[in-house]
Amino acid sequence: MQPVKDLTTSHRLRQRQAKATFFKYFCIAVTASAVMILGILLYQIISDGYRWVDWQFMTSYPSRFPEKAGILSAFVGTLWLVSLTALLAIPTGVLAAIYLEEYAPKNRWTQFIEVNIANLAGVPSIVFGILGLALFVRFMGLNRSVIAGAMTMSLLILPVIIIAAKEAIRAIPNSLRQAAFALGATRWQVVSAHVLPAAMPGILTGIILALSRAIGETAPLIMIGALTYVAFLPESPMDEFTALPIQIFNWTARPQETFHELAAGGIIVLLGVLLVMNALAVYIRYRGSKS
Amino acid sequence: MNEAMPILNAVDLSIAYGSDDAVKKVSLPILEKKITAIIGPSGCGKSTLLRSLNRMNDFIDGVSHRGQILYRGSDLYAEEVDPVEARLRIGMVFQKANPFPKSIFRNVAWGPSINHLPGDPRARVETALKQAALWDEVSDRLDDSALNLSGGQQQRLCIARALAMEPEIILMDEPCSALDPVSTARIEDLLFELKKKFTIVIVTHNMQQAARVSDYTAFLENGVLIEYGETDQVFTRPREPRTEEYVTGRFG
Repeated sequence: MQPVKDLTTSHRLRQRQAKATFFKYFCIAVTASAVMILGILLYQIISDGYRWVDWQFMTSYPSRFPEKAGILSAFVGTLWLVSLTALLAIPTGVLAAIYLEEYAPKNRWTQFIEVNIANLAGVPSIVFGILGLALFVRFMGLNRSVIAGAMTMSLLILPVIIIAAKEAIRAIPNSLRQAAFALGATRWQVVSAHVLPAAMPGILTGIILALSRAIGETAPLIMIGALTYVAFLPESPMDEFTALPIQIFNWTARPQETFHELAAGGIIVLLGVLLVMNALAVYIRYRGSKS
Repeated sequence: MNEAMPILNAVDLSIAYGSDDAVKKVSLPILEKKITAIIGPSGCGKSTLLRSLNRMNDFIDGVSHRGQILYRGSDLYAEEVDPVEARLRIGMVFQKANPFPKSIFRNVAWGPSINHLPGDPRARVETALKQAALWDEVSDRLDDSALNLSGGQQQRLCIARALAMEPEIILMDEPCSALDPVSTARIEDLLFELKKKFTIVIVTHNMQQAARVSDYTAFLENGVLIEYGETDQVFTRPREPRTEEYVTGRFG
């Protein structure tokens, strides 16, 4: 006769539960430390720079005198840069993704292209800067213009946009395409009426994250020679420019303590722009998942 | 009715995925305004055969055809045939209901609108929904999302969507396999109504369903057409021993 088992927890189960509990607290600890480091950084920057971020700071050009210095030309330069980059990179990237997912035959050649796009996404940004310098600034003779910067930034974020858009398009179930094809739709009608609308939230999120990256990039802009002291606003894509990260970089490179505080102020503005864009991405995703 | 001229006719049709034949030398006539059922065990090639009839296999990489499919006597796979044109005349309903994530109205109206079919879209949607026996349930909420409908309603919506194109032939790939018995019965009733106007080819692994609804039955096993004939004959006096074993439930 075997004894009837009672419901007391066996030794082995207790061990398994202990492991599960340990893992849970381990994950909490890791998350907490990431959030904490971010918090410390934010605190440092805000406490250094908040006094400087005011209307005068937003509407003044850089200056030798910290109390007169402002971020206007860098802020407007960044808006120019990001708008032109968006104009160049979004259509190219999304169309490339549509081609690769919906039209291209699945063969070695397209596989080769896709692997290389993934590799490009991992190339250090300074390498894109060198390419931009050689190709756009020198060879095409665009000099240190906004358009040269935007073209360089477009190259940098193109792989990111393509990959994000491809993922979003791939996530659309095939049954949807088949339903449309079975009604006598052409491929373009299937893509434009069903695949793209359904993939749009994912594509837009990818685009905004890619543009956020472009806003924060410094190295390629330094490489192509964006100016560090600009006392005018660009009026056409061919004008010279500066951008927020460049201005911040310039201020931190100065010996005087006050300019470091100005840099912190610039970072607050840059973070503000990034925050707005990321909030936009979250909102679009939320609206897309609702409808 | 001219029995000598099937509306669709597979002649010595073989369909291969890469080098493996999934359908082997099948010759199968589809008669106009009749329901033809294709039955057989899972993986016997019946869905592959069905999808070849409106060129939905074109989207699968590595599929090749040998032999012919004749639509009213002319080759469906001829160079000059645009597969989009073929799908306009030969509609399809899939195994799993796949409504567009749009309103009920838009689901039905989209096909006719992209193909510029004449007439009032509202009237066309109403007719199609009535033919699919769905109108009474949805007439007051045509602008609701199709995804809020029940599974059976979604499948009838997909049928309405196909009907709105006024095709000559409707291919159905196990349309009831994901539905409960009540929804299944509704769709089977619907088929009797539909065959007055349309030619229907239905793939099913439910033999009772084939026996109930179809006029002709084709029994497929391992890609080979074992037997084809009037449904009564195939189920009550099968010529082939394999058919008898299958329809009496001894395997499959």
